[in-house]
Amino acid sequence: MAESRVPHSNLPPPASTVGVVGWLRRNLFSSPLNVILTLLAVYLLFVALPPLLRWAFLDASWDGDNRDACRPGGACWVFIRVHFDQFMYGFYPDGQRWRVNAAVLLLILGAAPLFVRAVSSKFKIRLGLGLLIAYPLIAFILLKGGMTGLPVVDTSQWGGLLLTLVIAGVGMTAALPLGVLLALGRRSRLPAIQTLCVTFIELWRGVPLITVLFMSSVMLPLFLPAGMNFDKLLRALIGVTLFQAAYMAEVVRGGLQAIPKGQFEAAAALGLGYWKTMGLIVLPQALKLVIPGIVNTFIALFKDTSLVLIIGLFDLMNIVHNATTNPAWLGFSTEGYIFAAVVYWLFCFGMSRYSQNLEKHLHTGHKR
Amino acid sequence: MNPLKTFATATVLLLTASGVAQAGATLDAIKKNGFIKCGVSDGLPGFSYADEKGNYSGIDVDVCRAVAAAVFGDATKVKFTPLTAKERLTALQSGEIDVLSRNTTWTSSRDSAQGMNFAGVTYYDGQGFLVNKKLGVKSAKQLDGATVCVQAGTTTELNLSDYFRTNKMKLTPITYDKSDESAKSLEAGRCDVLTSDQSQLYAQRIKLAKPDEYVVLPEVISKEPLGPVVRHGDDDWFDIVKWTLFVMVNAEELGVNSKNVEEMKKSTNPDVKRLLGVEGDKGKDFGLANDWMAVVIKQVGNYGEIFERNVGQGSPLKIQRGLNALWNQGGLQYAPPVR
Repeated sequence: MAESRVPHSNLPPPASTVGVVGWLRRNLFSSPLNVILTLLAVYLLFVALPPLLRWAFLDASWDGDNRDACRPGGACWVFIRVHFDQFMYGFYPDGQRWRVNAAVLLLILGAAPLFVRAVSSKFKIRLGLGLLIAYPLIAFILLKGGMTGLPVVDTSQWGGLLLTLVIAGVGMTAALPLGVLLALGRRSRLPAIQTLCVTFIELWRGVPLITVLFMSSVMLPLFLPAGMNFDKLLRALIGVTLFQAAYMAEVVRGGLQAIPKGQFEAAAALGLGYWKTMGLIVLPQALKLVIPGIVNTFIALFKDTSLVLIIGLFDLMNIVHNATTNPAWLGFSTEGYIFAAVVYWLFCFGMSRYSQNLEKHLHTGHKR
Repeated sequence: MNPLKTFATATVLLLTASGVAQAGATLDAIKKNGFIKCGVSDGLPGFSYADEKGNYSGIDVDVCRAVAAAVFGDATKVKFTPLTAKERLTALQSGEIDVLSRNTTWTSSRDSAQGMNFAGVTYYDGQGFLVNKKLGVKSAKQLDGATVCVQAGTTTELNLSDYFRTNKMKLTPITYDKSDESAKSLEAGRCDVLTSDQSQLYAQRIKLAKPDEYVVLPEVISKEPLGPVVRHGDDDWFDIVKWTLFVMVNAEELGVNSKNVEEMKKSTNPDVKRLLGVEGDKGKDFGLANDWMAVVIKQVGNYGEIFERNVGQGSPLKIQRGLNALWNQGGLQYAPPVR
């Protein structure tokens, strides 16, 4: 009589390979070296974290409106609270700050459909182009004033996060198209265009941004006729844009070179001209490939905006510095710079996450 | 001629041409604009900084307000342009600002080669030392072998090594890029002494957790006369800025201040009468309203008021008058008479 064999039910995996223990063994204690490193890291955290937390949270002062409210030993976030509006808007007049809010809100509302997958891409393209052309105009009129009955707010009064966003925003939106054109120009077969683009790129990439800003604010006025003064912000914007465009061009060129020759030949076989080949076949693939590079450049640009402090523009970084020179608030630079760092990190991290999301969504051809 | 030389010559010509074009025109342009374009610092405690509401204050700021009061009879008609140390002179040369009031030291090269006119001295500054009281040092001469925190790349650094060499003392400098870092470093005991301009040492001291444990030594090892600057070749404008300063110093000497200026108009002292425009045409000679000096004092104050409010006892810095006391009280502040 055949004995029916009942297979033993599946055993659970060994306790040491699953759950918390398993994770710890795999990730933290997988080899003697890793054991040492883990213990070292734990020790460092143990030494550094409690005082930091105590300083930043437990012993910190939060309420009040002058330095008397600050307890010694802990961080004094009152300094940030009191100056928060200034850090956001700079010297933008108090009663006019709704205009900044309106401009930001308008951008968020206008751009929101671009981030929704359900919206058709045709509509997105139209909306995107419309925004690209109309929004800077609307924002400029809103922020600067002088038209439609709004009082003029001089650009020297713009500051704080507002100024950082203006410089970064203009730099990004202007540098990308310019960079694409330069990259195409550099690979062009027309010698004049190619030489021009190569010269431009190598010239701007060969000097530090700080030099560009310096030239624009210190040397340029000397060469202009007396009494003729460009707006300082405008000079900085042009400098930042041209500088970033040169970098962007090289990033995009990397993408263009990754496109196999067959793609160009196929386009030619279909009878497509230069612009159609580029616009319909090459660029969509190339740009998709270099999203990490583009975002990298954007993040670098965002942080580079803080360099405008050397030409006396009060971006987020410089306005924090300015607040630390107020005799009534001397000695709170640590809190100020930590705040600035957190704001910069939030924006850069946001950009980074969005780009990863975009890559995941677009990786149609090179999925691994 | 090589191309570089041609370029240099062209630049110089261009600069000279623009300089000539501006001669005498500044005051007209200012009157047409309706405000004074004033270059200030991008943040220096007591001299110019913007508070959380964005209002500028400080000695340098008040000087510009006083000039506006002189020209327009309204101290608010100023547009402040914050400038970094490097761009300040260019901004003045290019006409971006009308007057530079930004803790700028009066030196021979700035007066000659760089085409500036210093209108006077608003603050006699000089490099000093901040030490911990625990060291028991009473004089800078006792600093042999000290570790000194100093800001890199400034004349402060050069003055420091000169001073130690002259006095045959040993020195270990630690250089920092920012003043905040050097203050923290002094506090942590990484250096025994912190050196900077005296006016800034008082600001540094406030940043420390226990300011009372530190003291500013009496020695001053360099001369740093700070004052407002205008362009060469614009004498009318230069006179107005210069005399705005003198008016404020004279007012303090004569006991006229922003509170009692109306009363003092009834004074029998002929000096006061001339100062306040009650007697004579001393104001009109400048091409301004006859009582412009009175307006300056009323709206901004005399020199002593400005000093005490911004850096003296009325401010957190609590700097003593020292060299900046009036000449008849042991200081250097002296103004020619209004006559």
